[in-house]
Amino acid sequence: MTARSKNIKVITGNTAAAYAVLRCRPDVVSAYPITPQSELVEQLAKFHADGLLDCEYVAVEGENSAQNVACAAVMAGGRAFTATSSYGLVYMYDTMLQTSGYRAPLVMVNVNREPPGIHAVYSGQQDMICTRDSGWIQIVVENCQEILDTIIMSYRLAEDYDIQLPVMVNYDGYYLSFLAESVDIPEQEDVDRFLAPLKEQPQRMKLVAGAGTGCGSHGIGMGFVEYRKKHMAAMERSKELWDKIDQDFKNEFGRGYGGQIESYRCDDADIVLVATGSAVGTARTVIDAKREQGIKVGLVKLRFFRPFPVEKLCHILKGKKAIGVLDRSICFGWNCGPVFQEVCALTRHIGIMPMLSFIDGLANMDITKEHISGMVDEIYKASQNKPYQELTWLP
Amino acid sequence: MAADIQASQSEIVHPLDHLIRTDRIPHIWCPGCGIGTVFSACLKAMISSRIDLEKTCMVSGIGCTGRAAGYLNLDSFHTTHGRAIPFATGLKLANPELNVIVFSGDGDLFAIGGNHFIHGARRNVDMTVICVNNFIYGMTGGQVGATTPVKAKTTTTPVGNPDAPFNLPLLAWASGANYVARWTMLHIRKLTACIEKALTRKGFSFIEVLAPCPTNYGRKNKENSLETLRLYRDKTIIKNNVDPSELDMDFEKGIILGEFVSRERPTCIENYDRTCRIP
Ligand SMILES: Cc1ncc(C[n+]2csc(CCOP(=O)(O)OP(=O)(O)O)c2C)c(N)n1
Ligand code: SF4
Repeated sequence: MTARSKNIKVITGNTAAAYAVLRCRPDVVSAYPITPQSELVEQLAKFHADGLLDCEYVAVEGENSAQNVACAAVMAGGRAFTATSSYGLVYMYDTMLQTSGYRAPLVMVNVNREPPGIHAVYSGQQDMICTRDSGWIQIVVENCQEILDTIIMSYRLAEDYDIQLPVMVNYDGYYLSFLAESVDIPEQEDVDRFLAPLKEQPQRMKLVAGAGTGCGSHGIGMGFVEYRKKHMAAMERSKELWDKIDQDFKNEFGRGYGGQIESYRCDDADIVLVATGSAVGTARTVIDAKREQGIKVGLVKLRFFRPFPVEKLCHILKGKKAIGVLDRSICFGWNCGPVFQEVCALTRHIGIMPMLSFIDGLANMDITKEHISGMVDEIYKASQNKPYQELTWLP
Repeated sequence: MAADIQASQSEIVHPLDHLIRTDRIPHIWCPGCGIGTVFSACLKAMISSRIDLEKTCMVSGIGCTGRAAGYLNLDSFHTTHGRAIPFATGLKLANPELNVIVFSGDGDLFAIGGNHFIHGARRNVDMTVICVNNFIYGMTGGQVGATTPVKAKTTTTPVGNPDAPFNLPLLAWASGANYVARWTMLHIRKLTACIEKALTRKGFSFIEVLAPCPTNYGRKNKENSLETLRLYRDKTIIKNNVDPSELDMDFEKGIILGEFVSRERPTCIENYDRTCRIP
């Protein structure tokens, strides 16, 4: 049966995330507040107090504890949720490595905000970038509906027997956390049905009383290497499974996002812009306008950042005349944006072509239509064999 | 006439202005907030204690209280959330001549940063720690913390806090602080005198100051600023040198204020010199 519920509410991104968590019925929620995530954990506390969310809600004393409580809850066989942002994300980093090393299928929201360094209570994706090698699956989403849907799908991915990895769902602080949009909140029974296949899977590794399971003990020599290889292989497997989960979700709820990436008007495009998060909405309108002007430009919305959707991207980008990448963060040491750097790594599969890095939207600076229009012009110039600037800082 | 008044107003200089980064004013604190009063008590004590202000610095963590460091017109550090004490420790150890003041909130010092507090006190690092305790995380919108009274309502405990709060002076005493006191921002003279004393003493000094957060704690718990001040007046009792175990936070029973610990354990640097430096 296909669910076609229409329970539309005008809610913020944080509230949409809270509804998703409510529908996924976690056993344990542990979190520490931080701007711009606080509203999400407050909303969960309210659901809990109102008797809607039947879980243990633990108001811990800091993010490091939040991650530990959630990781342990998963290891004990439960479903857990935590959420953070910026300073909080980096403060839980050591335990994030533990969570992924334990192969604990935790789902966490990270509301993107500039991390420590220069104190800024502003949006930016640098926090996510700081944790890219943590062994977590990292997903970036574009709007409030996608926040809700992606969290639900993330449990299907994380807890799949073949994956068993933690998933981090990222959305832009301020632009999405506090933006109110109309969001369709799925019915409980439909979400239960969507998550039901997880129940039919073999028991995942967990602590069972009396079984004497030892976790996190010394990994020596080849045992360690074996473990790493399996972790890496699970990440690779997650790509295809994510595409399938997205399709299942579409069948069930009528909304799909293309899985690892969404390709927009790329098929006949000469040049392509790659972007993530809330800026994609703006970029789409600019791409349409440029098409009207006769510029054959396409857009790739990157949803998976880890694992990096190598195969899908190569398929789309191969043969294009020039590629631009929009980053809301920077890559120290490479003098470019981090996603740009990753796209450059694809050249061994897709060959050499002009590639342009655009750094925009740091610390809540708006990524405007004008900015994106300028980016497309620059990529176009590069595709015409004209001199172009490899790195552009905006505004 | 109006022009006259304007002219004379522009000449009025607040006696503490030279210690404030006036370009950062207006400050972020809400009307009725208690932090500003504690901050000015601290500034007054800095002057009256006659410590060398050229060699004085302030460290704050993150929070409404943590903004204080940014308003002080001396060397000041706005560090990450919870880390004011280790940062201050580094300053003091690298330059023992400095007078180091930590000015931060209860959440910063005792929830996310609680571990550092007990170790700072245990090692008796020479610094003055002033904690503005408003029972809640003010800056992030009023969530439960390690100092929130039992049953108090916060945005993350909508039906009331189930957990017991810390007794901060007891914690400071047990961890090894040389000097421990508690006041409210209503007891401004006694508070100022205590800060003055703490600034000139050796070792780890800790002063807890109760202060209202009408915007978050007050609103959630149906207590306006004035009512909070009334509680500070009517439900407190001054008892110096009382056993710190009696200092739990219970407004029904009454809150004890005063100076509770004043001892002379050797400081971190003294211990280090004695043990690690070969003469
Ligand atoms: C690692 C980290 N986690 C969370 C936050 C968000 N945060 C900022 S201030 C604050 C609490 C402040 O409470 P308190 O120390 O009591 O100070 P107040 O605002 O009440 O003066 C929190 C949770 C942060 N800045 N950094
Ligand atoms: S929120 Fe509370 S603590 Fe913060 S400035 Fe306002 S009254 Fe003061």
